Amino acid sequence: ETERVLLGHGSGGQLSAGLIAGVIGPALGAASPGGPLQDAAVLDIGGLSLVMTTDSFVVTPRFFPGGDIGMLAVHGTINDVAMMGAWPAALSLAYVIEEGFPLDELRRITESVGRAALAAGVPVVTGDTKVVGRGAADGVFVNTTGIGMRLPGVSPDACGAKPGDAVLLSGPIGLHGVTILSVREGLGFEAEIASDTQPLHRLVRRLLEVAPAGVHVLRDPTRGGLASSLNELAVTSGIGVEIDEPALPVPETVASACEMLGLDPLHVANEGCLVAFVALEAVDSVLAAMHEFPEGEHAVRIGEAVEAHPGQVLMRTLMGSHRVVDMLIGEQLPRIC
Amino acid sequence: MCLGIPGRIVEVWGEGLSRTGKVDFGGVRKEANLAFVPDANAGDYVIIHVGFAITMVNESEAQRTLEVLRAMDEQLLATELGIKPVAPS
Amino acid sequence: MKYLDEYRDPVLARKLLDEIHRETTKPWSIMEVCGGQTHTIVRQGIDELLPEGVRLIHGPGCPVCVTPLELIDKALAIAARPEVIFTSYGDMLRVPGSDTSLLALKGRGADVRVVYSPVEAVQMAIKNPDREVVFFGIGFETTAPANAMSVLQAEALGLTNFSILVSHVLVPPAITVILESPACQVQSFLAAGHVCAVMGWTEYEPIAERYHVPIVVTGFEPLDLLEGVLMAIRQLESGRAEVENQYVRAVQRSGNTHAIDVIRRVFAVSDRTWRGIGTIPSSGLRLAEAYRRFDAETRFAVTGVSAVERPECIAGAILQGVKLPTDCPAYGTLCTPRMPLGAPMVSTEGTCAAFFGAGRKRVETSEVRA
Repeated sequence: ETERVLLGHGSGGQLSAGLIAGVIGPALGAASPGGPLQDAAVLDIGGLSLVMTTDSFVVTPRFFPGGDIGMLAVHGTINDVAMMGAWPAALSLAYVIEEGFPLDELRRITESVGRAALAAGVPVVTGDTKVVGRGAADGVFVNTTGIGMRLPGVSPDACGAKPGDAVLLSGPIGLHGVTILSVREGLGFEAEIASDTQPLHRLVRRLLEVAPAGVHVLRDPTRGGLASSLNELAVTSGIGVEIDEPALPVPETVASACEMLGLDPLHVANEGCLVAFVALEAVDSVLAAMHEFPEGEHAVRIGEAVEAHPGQVLMRTLMGSHRVVDMLIGEQLPRIC
Repeated sequence: MCLGIPGRIVEVWGEGLSRTGKVDFGGVRKEANLAFVPDANAGDYVIIHVGFAITMVNESEAQRTLEVLRAMDEQLLATELGIKPVAPS
Repeated sequence: MKYLDEYRDPVLARKLLDEIHRETTKPWSIMEVCGGQTHTIVRQGIDELLPEGVRLIHGPGCPVCVTPLELIDKALAIAARPEVIFTSYGDMLRVPGSDTSLLALKGRGADVRVVYSPVEAVQMAIKNPDREVVFFGIGFETTAPANAMSVLQAEALGLTNFSILVSHVLVPPAITVILESPACQVQSFLAAGHVCAVMGWTEYEPIAERYHVPIVVTGFEPLDLLEGVLMAIRQLESGRAEVENQYVRAVQRSGNTHAIDVIRRVFAVSDRTWRGIGTIPSSGLRLAEAYRRFDAETRFAVTGVSAVERPECIAGAILQGVKLPTDCPAYGTLCTPRMPLGAPMVSTEGTCAAFFGAGRKRVETSEVRA
C-alpha cells in the first residue's frame, strides 16, 4: 500500500526518513558517500572544507505574514550551510514555473530573493528556469543551492553530541508553522503572528568564535519541528536527550493555536531558530554570545544530552514526570479528540 | 471525541441557528457558531468544539475550584518540599 | 490561555497527588472514558505519578478507536468515487480499513480533505455545486450537535449535493457493556467532561447505582484529572457509588438543552457496532426519518459493505481494560504507529500507541542531571 509517494513523505518526520533510508539511499548506492544525514555535505577539496547543500520550497500560500517563498529559500539554504560551521559564499536559484503563472508575482518573489540575499551578504551567482504545462506544478517551485567555506578549526556535525552536553535553543518555536496554518483556506484563524524566517549565519559565526571546540552540534529544526531534529540527532550521535517542558519557549499564540487544533508545538515547523549541543563549560559564553543578536535574544537552555536511552528523546513534563517525545510520523493533521 | 477549548467572545452577529461570534483564544481569533449558547454575549467565556460553542464557562465555579486547591495546607507543602508556587499566567 | 493554564499548575498538582497518596489504602482500577483525557494522562505522564496500586485504564472514548471497520470501508468506497469531495476530521485519515486508508487513497488521487468544522464541509458543497460533498460525521455526544447542524444548514440552503456518513456513538451504553463483561476490571469511571457538558449526567445515575461504581464527571487538564481521581478514590475507599461532578466550570446536571434539542431533531438512537467490542443495542445515532435524504450510506448504496477484523488484533480486550497492549502478539512487530493493524495504535492516544510511544518496554529514565 505504501508503494506510492504520500504527502507525509514530505513532512520531515518518520516517513521522510524512511523514504531516504529505504528508497533514495539504496537506489543511489555507491554513487553517494552515505554516512549520517547532515544539514549539508562537507567536501575536502585541495585542503579546504567546502560545505554544500540544496533545498526546495513549495510553501502555499506563497506570501504570508513575516515572509514569502523567495525569502524562505534564501534563509533556509544559508542556515543549512551555517549549521555545518561554514560561512555561506554563494547561492544558486532555480524555478519550476507553471504555464500561466503571473509574471508580476514571479517578479515580486525574485525581488524578495534579491533583498534577502543582499541583506545576508550572499550573492546569487547561477540558476535555471523551467516552465511546465498548466496544472503540472502548483504555481512555482523554488530550489536553492548554497556553498560555503567551513570556518577554521570548527567541525560541528550531527554525530558530535556527547553525554553531558547542554541543549540550547536560539529562539521561540512553532511560529512559522502556525503562521502558515493561520492563512490556510478553511482552517484559517486570525492571530498577531509572523513567520520566524531569518538567516542565522552571523549568529553561528559569533558562537563558533566564542567556543570553537565547545559547540558539538548545530541544527535548524524546520519541517517536523524540534522533536524530529532532536530525535534525528539522538540517533545519529548515539546519545539520549532529556528536555524540560517548562523551559521550552512557546509563544502564547503558538500554544493557543496548537490547543485549538490538537497539535504538539514540538512538531510544528520553524524557519529561523537553531538547536545547539554545547559542552558544559562553554554554555554560559555561548548563551551570552547568542544574546548579542536579535535572532538569539531569547536563547535558552532546554535540556541536556545523557548516557541513558540512546536514540530516544524524553521530556520532563510540567507535572514532573517523563514522557517520550516522538517523531512526527507523516502529515500533521488537526485533531478533534 | 472532546477537544474543547475555552475562548472569550469578542463580537456576536446573526441569530437562531446561524448565530455566530468571533472568539479569542489567547491571541488567536476564530469564528464559532453560538446557536447552542443563546445567553452568551461579548465578554463571556465559552468552550468551543469543532467550531461550535457547546457550553458557557461558569467563571465563579472556575475560580472556586482553584481557591479550594490553593487553600489545601499551603504552608505545609512549600516548606516540606521546598516548592515555590507558580503564579498562574 | 485563560481557563487552561491555571489547571496545569504543578504546585497544585503536587497537593492533589499527595492527597491521593495519603487516602489510597488499596489498589484501584479507574477508567478514563475519553481519548482527550487519555491524551493529557499520557502527555503529562500522570499515570507515572499515581500510587503504585492505582491503575488508569484507557477507555473506548476515541472515535478513531471505535469506528467499525465496515464504516471505514464504506468511507473509502465513497471517497474513491470521482464525483465526491470526501471531507473528514483529521483524526480519521490514518485509520486502517480492510486494505487501505483515506490518506493512502488521497495519495492515489481521491479528493479527500481535512476540515476543522462541519460548517466548512457545507461551504464546500456551496462552492462546488457540480460535486457531491460528503462529510464523515464521526464522534460522541460532544460532536453530535455540530454534525447535526451541518444537516440543518444544508437543508436551510436547499443543498442537494451534501450528505453525511454518520458514525455516532453514545457513552452510557458502552460503559454498561464494559461493566457487564465478566472479566471487567473497571471499578470506577472518569466520565467525559465535554460529553456531559452537552448531555448532562442524569444518564449515568442508574448505571452508578445498578453496578455500584462511582462515576466522576471530569475535565481534561492535569488538575481536573487528578481531582477526578481523588474524588473517585474517596468514594471507592468509603464504599460509596454516586455520580459526582469535578468539571464544575463547564458541566451542569441537565447539560445543554439547546444542543440536546438539535440532536433529537436530526438524529435517532440506533444500534451501533463498536470496533473490537461488537454491536451494542441503542448505542449510537442515525439520521432521523425527516433527514434520511442526507444519508450518504443510502445515497451511495454502500449499505452492503461488510468487513472482517484482523484476527491478530485484540483491540476489544484492550478497550475494555481486560488486556494490555504488551499482551498482544502483534504489538511492536506487525503493528506499530507507522503500520497500525488496529485502531488503538492509530490514534495518538489509543492505548497501544500510547504504550508504544512511551516505549513501555525499553525506557529507563535517567536521573543524572549534568
